Amino acid sequence: MLQLPRRAWRYLAIVVAADSAVLIAGFGRIGETPPLPTLLIFLALGALAHFVRVPSSAGQTISFSSIVHLAAIPVLGTWGAVLSASLSALFTVGRWSAPVRLFNGGQMGLSAFAAGSTFAYLGGSFHVDTVGGSGEIFTDLVAPMFVATVVHCVANGALLAWMVHSHKGVPFRVVFLGTLKEGGVTYVGYGLFGLLLAVLWGPAGVGPLSAVLVLAPLYVARWAWAQYAEEHEAYERTVRALVGAVEAKDLYTRGHNERVSRASVMIADQLGMGPDRTEMLRFAGILHDVGKIGVPTRVLRKTGRLTDEEFAAIALHPVRGLDMVRGIEFLKEAYSGILHHHERLDGRGYPMGLQGDDIPEFARIIGVADAFDSMTSTRSYRQARSVAEAVEELRRCSGTQFDPRFVDALVTALERQPWEGAPDPVADGPVDGTTAVFDHDDPSAASPVLPPVAAPPERLP
Amino acid sequence: MTRGRGMTAAWVVVALAVMVALAAVASTAVSFTRDGIPHLGLLLSFVVLIAAGEFLRLTLPGDRDAAPIGAAMGLAVALVPELGDRQVSYGAAVVVTTVTLGTMLGVAPHAVASRAPRADVLARRLLAVAVAALVFRSVPWGGQPLVERVADWDDARWRVAVAMLVVAVLGVALDVALAAVVRSGAEHAPLGRVALDEARAGVGISTAIAATGVLIAVAARPMGLLALPVFAVPLLITQFAFRRYATVRRTYLQTIRSLSRLTEIGGYTETRHSQRVSELAVEMGRDLGLGERQLLDLEYAALLHDIGQLSLADPIPGGATVVVSRDDQRRIAELGAAIVGQTGVQSRVATIVQRQCDPYRMPMQHELDGDEQIPLAARIIKVANAYDDLVGESGQLSRRDEALERIHLGLAYEYDPRVVASLSRVLTRR
Repeated sequence: MLQLPRRAWRYLAIVVAADSAVLIAGFGRIGETPPLPTLLIFLALGALAHFVRVPSSAGQTISFSSIVHLAAIPVLGTWGAVLSASLSALFTVGRWSAPVRLFNGGQMGLSAFAAGSTFAYLGGSFHVDTVGGSGEIFTDLVAPMFVATVVHCVANGALLAWMVHSHKGVPFRVVFLGTLKEGGVTYVGYGLFGLLLAVLWGPAGVGPLSAVLVLAPLYVARWAWAQYAEEHEAYERTVRALVGAVEAKDLYTRGHNERVSRASVMIADQLGMGPDRTEMLRFAGILHDVGKIGVPTRVLRKTGRLTDEEFAAIALHPVRGLDMVRGIEFLKEAYSGILHHHERLDGRGYPMGLQGDDIPEFARIIGVADAFDSMTSTRSYRQARSVAEAVEELRRCSGTQFDPRFVDALVTALERQPWEGAPDPVADGPVDGTTAVFDHDDPSAASPVLPPVAAPPERLP
Repeated sequence: MTRGRGMTAAWVVVALAVMVALAAVASTAVSFTRDGIPHLGLLLSFVVLIAAGEFLRLTLPGDRDAAPIGAAMGLAVALVPELGDRQVSYGAAVVVTTVTLGTMLGVAPHAVASRAPRADVLARRLLAVAVAALVFRSVPWGGQPLVERVADWDDARWRVAVAMLVVAVLGVALDVALAAVVRSGAEHAPLGRVALDEARAGVGISTAIAATGVLIAVAARPMGLLALPVFAVPLLITQFAFRRYATVRRTYLQTIRSLSRLTEIGGYTETRHSQRVSELAVEMGRDLGLGERQLLDLEYAALLHDIGQLSLADPIPGGATVVVSRDDQRRIAELGAAIVGQTGVQSRVATIVQRQCDPYRMPMQHELDGDEQIPLAARIIKVANAYDDLVGESGQLSRRDEALERIHLGLAYEYDPRVVASLSRVLTRR
């Protein structure tokens, strides 16, 4: 059973009572009593539609039920729409607990009442079969329905937000505006399918079959979304597993790619980067060191100073990494991020010795994240540094090695959310004495600065 | 890939469509010059929207070219019985002409950018619309074509929608069936198997296309021309969802293909070994009648079959797993399965990787239960891997024969005879 605080129970009772009052007092007054078969069809449709959900932006989902509830308004009349909305949530299939059913029933009923009253006030027609001609359809159906949809969205958002507020104590304003901002447009968009359903039901005279016709493409869309989500998850896990297999070569760098990816995304969020580019950057972070597979394990695990040839082998890893991921179209911008993540602003980095703004943005971001994680992780030659110390080091090298903009962004992000750094490998497992002394990512580790390996500085296409 | 029977099937479909289109255009031209153009606004709107739909084409998972909006509009041209309160009276020839025109307009920009869709894809869709149009507008059912009969069903309009839905489903089903015939030929795969794959892959989007075609046709009566774009919106959302789905599927495959090179860049295997094994394995799998999902598992497993070597400290010289000891082979397979198993989603692939070096031992296979049996995909990879290890990059004919001979020596104990026979077939086709 759901644990609700008392004021949430009180709010639930008020909503249910108000909805019941509308149904009792409104009987015969707000719209005609609909024919029973039509009412039952809408009830069934509504009950089923609750569980057909589609994603909106920002990871929320929206159910198809609002489509059905809105279509019910012109077809059933306001009273019928309120009744079918209330009952369909109450008797819906699936695993909702009793309080959730009750609240959703009341909430959906009241939203339908608000939308239906708006529709009636604006002169919407409740005799859909007789509406004919494009002009009449627009004034008597399309325009009032559009406004009613917006009202439905706002009423629904407000009633829900108040519940979240009384349940979890989050300020009402925050929840309400947040919901509208993230889901409002999608909600109204889908709500308009209710209009299509109504037009088909009444003016086109198709009746209940119209629900099948309108909802079929949406249902198929939902199926494709589900496939997408599943495949995306599988994809991500697979990339992680394969990258993990590469990382396994060196105990000290376990989880490094994952953390670099996380820190890069923190920088991107701070800069307000769009979701698509952020996603690309996230994968670029995970894959940035994949070329290290081409560096002999012997070199990676070498204790003691590296010879120039051995360093050259390490310096080649971004090129190998790029070589490998080049076939993955979606990473486009990430290619250059992987290739150039060891460039330095002053041009003394590798593999090409690019300078300043010639270094692609992704590469500069990953460079900062990469160094940050390296410094806050334990190496066999030193303990992990604290975040504060690492930040100081980043600042010190900012302008010569790192882009100050991205260093600042990371620092700001770190102030807002705590950093969960690398676990201590010594505490986690025995050290077998075969781990690296020299970390190529560590800006403070004394390392030879090489002349660029690949000669002329060229930007990737 | 050889292009014998497959190309023939594709060319028959294209030739048929071209003939139908030419006949329709000629007949339409004659009737328009004689009687003027009826429903000019409606037809032009359809041409524009079909062109837009063709322009917004997408590639569905499994490399299937689709233009859902264009296809739905095509069906709507064939099905629309009334526009406002006017009967829509054109015949099947006008429908085909409209669709041809719209398709050509929509494909033109893609052709200019030299990424035109395959001709047989367009041909299939045109034939599907032509059949739907003939059934609905030309073939008399009890003295009258359907389009005229439904005008009398004013008391029960839902029957009109049902009749249209039946015709629309007939159209999309024909499209899917033709796709199966073409693909079966091109990929040397059994028709029944491919038909099942096509049906499975196409049922969702085809349902949405058929429903939308009917929606537009039905809504044109009360809403007029406005119904055309407005009622295509649900399908637009469907198409958007499919695009995301197809993109992630493609990315997944590209990523596995790319990361399968980890072993070669790490110096564990020969250059392109994994890719060659997977190409050969997939050809054999198709030859042996594996379905699409199984082929995908096979491809992933073949690409990743050597990934277990990453867990070895030192690369095996030359990377050939067929010449190392059985224990080492098994260890690599187990380590590989462990890595793939970590993905948590590819348990079938992990099993295939794990069983890839198990000897076949024919007498026992029949007695084993389903779980114990070595998956066919694993048996295929075993043979493909052995062949590639023996032949290597060169693919010279002499080495090819030598390799086949060596594999034949291990027949029935080491290798599954059916799979080896398939290898021979596939190699002669190359």
